[in-house]
Amino acid sequence: MMPSPFPTLAGRLSRRRFITGAGALAGLSALHAPARFASAMDAPVLPPLPAGHIPQQSASTFLLNIGHTPVHVLSKPQMAPTVNGSMPAPTLRWREGDEVSLHVHNTMDEETSIHWHGLRCPANMDGVPGLSFGGIAPGQTFTYRFMLKQSGTYWYHSHSNMQEAKGLYGAIVIDPKDGESRHYDRDYVIVLSDWSDVEPSDIIKNLKFQSDYYTFRQRTAASFFPDARRDGVLPVLKNRMQWAGMNMSATDISDVSGIIYTYLMNGQTPHANWTGLFAPGERIRLRFINASAMTFYDIRIPGLPMTIIQSDGNDVEPVQVDEFRIGVAETYDCIVVPQATQAYTIFAQSEDRTGYARGTLAPRAGMSAAIPPMDPRPVRTMLDMGMGSDMKMGGMDMKAMAHQPKADTPPLNVENQNVAAMPVNRLADPGDGLRNNGRRVLSYADLRATRPASDPRPPSREITLHLTGNMERYIWGFDGRKFSEAEPIPLRLGERVRFVLINDTMMEHPIHLHGLWSELENGQGAYNPVKHTIIVQPGSRLSYLVSADTPGLWAYHCHLLYHMDLGMFRTVVVS
Amino acid sequence: MAMPPSAPVAAGKTHVSLPPLSPSTRWPATPPPVPKVRYIHNMPPVMDHNTYFHILMEQLEGRYAAGDSLFRYSGQAWFGTDHDKLWIKSEGTVDGHRTMSDGDHELLYDHAISTYFDLQAGTRLDLDSGPVRAWGAVGVQGLALYFFDVSATAYFNADGVAGKLEGSYDLLITNRLILQPQAELNFYSRTDPARGDSQGFSSIDTGLRLRYEFKRKLAPYIAVTYAGNYGAAARSPSATRTTPANGPEDVRFTFGLRTWY
Repeated sequence: MMPSPFPTLAGRLSRRRFITGAGALAGLSALHAPARFASAMDAPVLPPLPAGHIPQQSASTFLLNIGHTPVHVLSKPQMAPTVNGSMPAPTLRWREGDEVSLHVHNTMDEETSIHWHGLRCPANMDGVPGLSFGGIAPGQTFTYRFMLKQSGTYWYHSHSNMQEAKGLYGAIVIDPKDGESRHYDRDYVIVLSDWSDVEPSDIIKNLKFQSDYYTFRQRTAASFFPDARRDGVLPVLKNRMQWAGMNMSATDISDVSGIIYTYLMNGQTPHANWTGLFAPGERIRLRFINASAMTFYDIRIPGLPMTIIQSDGNDVEPVQVDEFRIGVAETYDCIVVPQATQAYTIFAQSEDRTGYARGTLAPRAGMSAAIPPMDPRPVRTMLDMGMGSDMKMGGMDMKAMAHQPKADTPPLNVENQNVAAMPVNRLADPGDGLRNNGRRVLSYADLRATRPASDPRPPSREITLHLTGNMERYIWGFDGRKFSEAEPIPLRLGERVRFVLINDTMMEHPIHLHGLWSELENGQGAYNPVKHTIIVQPGSRLSYLVSADTPGLWAYHCHLLYHMDLGMFRTVVVS
Repeated sequence: MAMPPSAPVAAGKTHVSLPPLSPSTRWPATPPPVPKVRYIHNMPPVMDHNTYFHILMEQLEGRYAAGDSLFRYSGQAWFGTDHDKLWIKSEGTVDGHRTMSDGDHELLYDHAISTYFDLQAGTRLDLDSGPVRAWGAVGVQGLALYFFDVSATAYFNADGVAGKLEGSYDLLITNRLILQPQAELNFYSRTDPARGDSQGFSSIDTGLRLRYEFKRKLAPYIAVTYAGNYGAAARSPSATRTTPANGPEDVRFTFGLRTWY
């Protein structure tokens, strides 16, 4: 089809939808959007926003130049891989039903690639070097071309050489061809990421030597006394001995922490305070994308309830919450309706509470609201070790939910430290650090698709995989094996299978299957939520259905980048 | 706020019983055969089998005594993959007369055998101001439960066998202030007067080190160290071993630097 330049696309938008797009662009007009675009706007006129708004490109043909650009996040500028000089990369605004062409030109001296995270495209367009194509060599251009058969919020990132951990990521917004099912007046993309001036290869090397290298929140002799005052000497001693007796640490929350990470919202530090403007009474759609390498965020906007309407690009029945956790590579869209003429803080604290990303929704630029204190850091329990628990959760006895492990448990070996003896269903558990915090927190059990699954067949077989790892050696994998030692996972073209995941490790893993949808079996039946990345909580068991409807080699991995890179990765072959 | 009507949401629903599998005649419930995958350009999508190099100088310290201070080092370095490594260990003590004792240098092949333990085999060379001895070496090194770092190595040559046990524990007083008790014990099957090695339990080198990790890789420490020789060789006046300069038992105030790369 013909390339459709910017004005053509804008002309095709309905008035309401156009206002939607223009709202996010209001602040950009001065920076990036040409005057012809600004004059076409009939959205409420808002003053320009401070720097840091990500440029947006709406078209169906794109030229994306990947190069090294100095980025000013910390006091000293750093060279980062960028798209068209921007970190995060430009937000790509597409329309469902279009065919998009993306000419990706590599001006760096190393290979690169772009993966379209969550998009259903042919395998050779998926952008994983070695699986989809040969990568984009220095000086070369690769043209991606595919039909958009879906709508929603997605993102894109490099799949080469840890470039993603250094800043090569951006948002994709695909507008539905039949118009939005949810009304909103304005939308903002909110890309969360973790930024460091430490080279990813050095981070890996440090973790290989000492896996708690970046953890400075461990239980110590000094913290024994306050712990003992609270819980009693003997219980504290017993608990600590129990953990030490397994060579595990209850304070192992995030492998890489705020010690080296600065948490960013749309590329802005908490101090820089990314701001999205609103007029009181407007319905604002926030499109959260977690583009971090290693960080889960717990997101809330004090004073403003959030209505979750979409997860991983797929609409869900609205659920109003005060807080939700977003795993690496997940996306959540929510609607907020600020009524007061005041600023609201968008607060995204890291799961290990060593820092936060922060931004503001405000009626005028330059306003800000109070930043809430971070919650106490979570401490792992025997529940996370897969030993079940007699703790009560939501009035239900966790033991009642325990699934007996199958005979095919992985071995305890060089690459595997633990087998969950009694993995439990934690879909209704908002996660470590979020239980009983006095706020309404989203859990996976709350997600319900708005339309029934497109493939009504029940699955014909199960693929059970254990998520395993050895924290001490910092090796990760499935079933006690890392990628390089394991066979691919074969699927027949057209079959529908159930993936059963059992997390034997004591950390959350966001598991991402390229190219095919993952329909999480959370009890909603035909309305199970459809996702591309699923958090498997420690010590838990969950399942999801996959219809193998697109042939090819697909990457399947934990989206914590250093877990992926060190073995928690498989090739799924659909043939 | 006005919300569109919403289907009931299963908030708090915890138990999910999965619908049964239904193998069809068209798709039998058996997995398909595992295909051979050839990666484009022979390029695997992730490189999880890299080699790493690390060097750890656990002890780099001065041991103080009036008129006769000692310098002591003990370190290890390794290069290799998750499963197989080349491992070097070296330690020695030098006195004010530049006489070196306890010079133990090992070159080992290291293979991971379990979750926390590696098997090591190679050679040991006793190389210092005393006579040179060469040994074959076989041992294990790793992390015992409760986070104890331990190693046990057996040595052998034409004249006999020897053994070395090492252990240490990092007690976190705070997240940066760490108290580390450490001990190294040496055993020999026969007395070697020229090197000061005695049959049976021959020597101990132990310390209680309090380090502060300004950076993970750079931690100065203060310590109390003790080195002692036991047995026949320690009592022999012909012993050339210099460690117990002030007698067979030696407690010293020590300070040093723990560093790694």
